[in-house]
Amino acid sequence: MRLLVKNGTVIDPANKIEAVMDILAQDGRISRVAKDIKIEADTVIDAAGMIVMPSVVDMHVHLREPGREDKETVASGTMAAARGGVTTVLAMPNTSPAIDSGENVQALKDIINRSALIDVLISGAITMGRLGKELCDIGAMRKKGAIVITDDGASVEDEELMLKALSAAKKDKILVVCHCEDKRLSGKGVVNFGFTSTRLGLRGVPNESEYKRVERDIRLAAETGASIHIAHLSCAESVDIIRKAKKDGVKVTAETAPHYFTLNEDAVLDYNTNMKINPPLRSCKDVEAIKRGLKDGVIDAIASDHAPHTENEKEIEFEYAESGTIGLETELSAGITALVDKGLLTWNELVEKMCLNPARILGIDKGSLGVGREADITIVSPGKEWTVKKHNFMSRSSNSAFLGMKLKGVVEYTIYKGRVIYSARKGVAE
Amino acid sequence: MSKQTKKKQKWVHKDLLGLEYLSHDDIILLLDTADSFREILDRTIKKVPALRGKTVVNLFYEPSTRTRVSFEIAAKRLSADVINIATETSSVRKGETLNDTGRNIEALKADVIIVRHNCSGAATMLARNVNISVVNAGDGWHEHPTQGLLDIFTLRKKFGRIEGLNVTIVGDIAHSRVARSNIWGLTKLGARVMVCAPDILIPPGIEDMGVSVTNDIDEALVNADAVNVLRMQFERDEKAVFPKQLEYFKKFGITEERLKKAGRDITVMHPGPINRGIEISSKVADGVNSVILEQVTNGIAVRMAVLFWLSQARENNKNETIG
Repeated sequence: MRLLVKNGTVIDPANKIEAVMDILAQDGRISRVAKDIKIEADTVIDAAGMIVMPSVVDMHVHLREPGREDKETVASGTMAAARGGVTTVLAMPNTSPAIDSGENVQALKDIINRSALIDVLISGAITMGRLGKELCDIGAMRKKGAIVITDDGASVEDEELMLKALSAAKKDKILVVCHCEDKRLSGKGVVNFGFTSTRLGLRGVPNESEYKRVERDIRLAAETGASIHIAHLSCAESVDIIRKAKKDGVKVTAETAPHYFTLNEDAVLDYNTNMKINPPLRSCKDVEAIKRGLKDGVIDAIASDHAPHTENEKEIEFEYAESGTIGLETELSAGITALVDKGLLTWNELVEKMCLNPARILGIDKGSLGVGREADITIVSPGKEWTVKKHNFMSRSSNSAFLGMKLKGVVEYTIYKGRVIYSARKGVAE
Repeated sequence: MSKQTKKKQKWVHKDLLGLEYLSHDDIILLLDTADSFREILDRTIKKVPALRGKTVVNLFYEPSTRTRVSFEIAAKRLSADVINIATETSSVRKGETLNDTGRNIEALKADVIIVRHNCSGAATMLARNVNISVVNAGDGWHEHPTQGLLDIFTLRKKFGRIEGLNVTIVGDIAHSRVARSNIWGLTKLGARVMVCAPDILIPPGIEDMGVSVTNDIDEALVNADAVNVLRMQFERDEKAVFPKQLEYFKKFGITEERLKKAGRDITVMHPGPINRGIEISSKVADGVNSVILEQVTNGIAVRMAVLFWLSQARENNKNETIG
C-alpha cells in the first residue's frame, strides 16, 4: 500500500526540512522524502500550494470516556482530532471512574482498541479518584501503558503528598503533568481577577493561584529530580518562573492552549459561558507574555485542553456553567491565525510546538517526517479561511470559544499510518 | 409624550440589562420620560394607557418586596397586566432552567420579563434566549439598572443637574449591584464618583470604572454633594472577613456628627431596606437631607419610563419587520 504526497511545502523541523518535496509512504511508514518522486502509488495527493507537516500531537485532551459519553467518546473525540489534523492525543484521566489504577488503564485501553481512529495515549491519575489524598499505584498504571501521571483538573494540594508523588515518578521514570492551581487562592473564582471580575460582578481567579503553584511544583521537581510538565499556562508570571527554572536546570517543560494566545478576558464580558475556562482567559498583558514565551522557547508546546461539555452544562448561569472549551478541531488553525499569520512564529516553530516538542516531551516516536517513521501527515491550505460554526463539529459537543471566529488554515488531509483518515472534501473516513 | 417625539430620539434596546450598556443620551431619555411620568403619580387618576394590552411578568429568584412592588405599580400605572412569579432558588440540578422558564413565559405571549436573580449575568443570558424584552431587576453583584436610574433621577430632581456633582457611595462596593449601576450611570452623565469602604469591600480594578477610592469616610464626605449609603449585609460572605457590625458603624456609619464635620449639606440616599444603626443612624435616615422615601416614589416613575421605551422599541422593530 503506497501513498504519495506531491508538490507540497514540507515542514519537518526534526529533519530541518522546509522545502517543496514529495513524500512517499509505504505500508504505513515514510519511505522517501525527496524532490519529484516518480512512482506508482495507490493514493496520490497533489499538495501544490499546501503545507505538508507531521500530524499534530495534542498532549492535553479530555475524551470523557468512560463515564461521560454524552459529552464525548473515544470514537467522537478521535474523529474530531482527525478533522483538526491531530493523530496523537494524550487522554486526561479525569473520567468517571478516574484512571487511577492498572485495571482502569486497561479498561480504557480496551475502549481505545475498539474505537479510536488515531493514537490515544493514556495518562493515569496521581492520587486515587484525583482526590489528593492517597497516591495511586504508579508502577501498575505504567505497566498497563500509562505514559504520564496527572490529577489534571485539580492540583495536589498537599505538598508532602506531591513530594512523594514526584519521588515515585522519578523512580518509575514517568512524567508528571501539573495542573497548577492553588484552590485557596482561586476559590470559587470563574473569571480573571481584576477589572473584569469587578465589572461582571463575578468572583475572580488571580494570577497568583497559578504561578504560586507553578513555583511550588518546580521547587519540588528540583528537590526530587523528577521531570514535570506544566499544563495550560495562562499568565505572565508563570512564564517568567519557568524561564528561570529552565536556566537553573530543572527538568520542566510547559504547554499553553490556543485560547490563551488568541483570546483575552474581554471575551467574557457578555457572560458567554463558552469563554468560561479554567484557568480563565487573562489580560492582554498575559496574552503578550504567553506569545513571547512561545517565541523564546520557554513554552515548549501548544495543546488544546479540549474540554467538551453538553449544552445543558454550558447554557446556564455563568457561575454554574462548566469550565472549558473544545479545541481539537480549531487548534492548528488558531495557531496559524494567531501565531504564523501574525509573523510571531515561523511555520517551523509552529510545527515544533504542536508536533515535535510534545512528542519529545512524551518520549514517543512522533512529530517527525523522517524515513522509517509512521506516516502521520497533515496537509493544510495555509491561506484558506473558514468560519467556526456550531453545527460543523465532529466532536459530540460544541462548546467552542472560537465559535463565529474566522480562522486561517484549512486541514485538507489527515493521514494516519499512511492512510487518509480525513479529507476536507470527504470528511472522516471509516 | 410629545416632548420625546419632537426630540426624535429613538430607543433601540430590546432589553435593559445594565447602565454600562446605555449611552449618555439613552439615560437622559429615560430620565426625561420619567419626569413626565413622575407628574402622573401625583394626579388623582394615576393611570395612562401606554401599555394597555401588554403583559409584564415579574420573575423573581430572590426575595424582594420593594423592587417587585415598584415594578408592579409602574406596569399597572401604564395599564399593563402584571403576573408575579416568585421562585425560591434557581438550581442547576433540579427544576427548569432559567432559559426554559423564559421561553415558556414568551410562549405565554408575555411582552416583558422583569428578572431578579442571585447570579451575575442571569438577565443577560435570559435576554439572549428570548425575543421579548428583559429588564434586569438585579443580578448577583453585577447591576441593578433601575435602582441606578432612580438614584440618578432623584439627584437630578434635587440638584437640577448631574454633571459636576460629587457623589460618594459608601458601603459594600464589592458585592453591590447598586454601586455598579450608579457608577456607570453617574460617570456617563459627568458626575465625580468616590467610593468609600474598608479595603476588603473594595473590588479590584474599580478605579477603571472612573471612580476614586478611599477608606476614610471623612475624606469621602468633605466635598460630597450627595452620599449614597449601601445596605450592609453581614451575613452574606462565607469568608467571614466582614468587619463587625458595631465596628463598621463606628468607622463608616453615616451619622449626624459625621455629616456636620463635613461642613455642608449633603443629600443622603439609600436603596433600602435600611439597617438603622448599622450603616446609617436613624437621625440621618429621617433627617431633612434624606431623600430616601422620595427615591421610592421616583422608582415608580423611572420604571414606567423603562417599560414604556422597551415596549416602544419592540413596536418599532415589529413595524420595521412588517414594512
